Amino acid sequence: MQSLLAARRVPQALALSRRSFASSASRFQAEPTQKPVLLKEFKIYRWNPDEPANKPTLQSYTIDLNQTGPMILDALIKIKNEIDPTLTFRRSCREGICGSCAMNIDGQNTLACLCRIDRDTKSDSKIYPLPHMYVVKDLVPDLTLFYKQYKSIQPYLQNDNPPAQGEFLQSPEERKKLDGLYECILCACCSTSCPSYWWNQDEYLGPATLMQAYRWIADSRDGYGAERKEKLQNEMSLYRCHTIFNCSKTCPKGLNPAAAIAKIKLELAAD
Amino acid sequence: MSLSTRALGLGPSLRRVAFTPKIARNQLILRNSVPRRTVQTESFQPSAQVEVLNKQRLLRPSSPHFTIYQPQLTWIASIAHRGAGVGIAVLLYGFSIAYLIAPGTFDSAHVIEVVQSLPDSVKYAGKTILAAPFAFHSLNGVRHLAWDMGKFMNVKGAYATGYAVLGATAISTAALVLM
Repeated sequence: MQSLLAARRVPQALALSRRSFASSASRFQAEPTQKPVLLKEFKIYRWNPDEPANKPTLQSYTIDLNQTGPMILDALIKIKNEIDPTLTFRRSCREGICGSCAMNIDGQNTLACLCRIDRDTKSDSKIYPLPHMYVVKDLVPDLTLFYKQYKSIQPYLQNDNPPAQGEFLQSPEERKKLDGLYECILCACCSTSCPSYWWNQDEYLGPATLMQAYRWIADSRDGYGAERKEKLQNEMSLYRCHTIFNCSKTCPKGLNPAAAIAKIKLELAAD
Repeated sequence: MSLSTRALGLGPSLRRVAFTPKIARNQLILRNSVPRRTVQTESFQPSAQVEVLNKQRLLRPSSPHFTIYQPQLTWIASIAHRGAGVGIAVLLYGFSIAYLIAPGTFDSAHVIEVVQSLPDSVKYAGKTILAAPFAFHSLNGVRHLAWDMGKFMNVKGAYATGYAVLGATAISTAALVLM
């Protein structure tokens, strides 16, 4: 390695003499500082659909945190690139706006791209898929039902009397009601953190879907509020919410689905 | 180089190319002498594909939930509320039904007699076991009523009221036990 560096320094010195105006000499001469090795263990849930008889297991990977980015997603990508290309997970935007990399990290649902790696190397980091969901492979849960539930609340503007010309008008106060509701990215962290959703996801809509239901009930431009509320007026769709608060506690976007559900309950009680 | 070929799974094919004689590498001869396919495949009708998918779906696991989720005041308090409520209800209905069936053994005079004969330590332990769930369920019920009115509906409010209920439960349990 030393001889290699020495061999490379000669042409650099030549280049320097030719282009001495380009950069300071000290920058070429500086020795690269070596960061200490900081090994951290990650235990990751694995299950392979090609061998369905094998039980899901936790597989352990150890990587150097000083050669890794700061987030859990960086660690996962490093493991997939350098140690085990069969590790499977969803990711896309790496900045908390697509919601693909939602998973259970150290016991809490969050987005891997927004979750910093705990630099305490004494304890390992455990990574599971979103809780109580069917597993497609490794960290990839089947979200088919979740998306169907979202579709079932008709998440679009419905109004039979559009304005004669131009767009729907809204006062600043009416617009303000939608803040904290429209920012949801449907990552499913909240729904899969909810014990009620764990036990009754076939009938209970879950916090993410209910907050979007309220987003359209609260919209002053929508004309179908009564019909939307009527659909929720049964034992299972809405009232399986027991105000547990896991949803608001875990939301990686800092939204409050529990409050939105409480507002639906209050509006239904006032009907 | 060796790392990238291993990562891409090219190692075996590159080695094969390097060590086979030139005539065996001739694509024209290969194409005409070696049967086209060495891998057996089955074709399915679309309806059969759904069946295969459903068979796979039957075998897939459900991801772990309460065993791996971080214990938080939010959901631990919720399950404790339900557990306490069920326990109190079982005791109330159980005692009432027992009294209906055998009024002679479960009337007040007999119960007082039995409790009086117990040692003090058992009396205090029993009173704690009865008082703690009762106090917690009642106070946490008030917390739920406040939520139903739309008060404290955020994470901060949930935690503040949660710790308040736990503190008040401790105080009222002690008061009930010493009564």
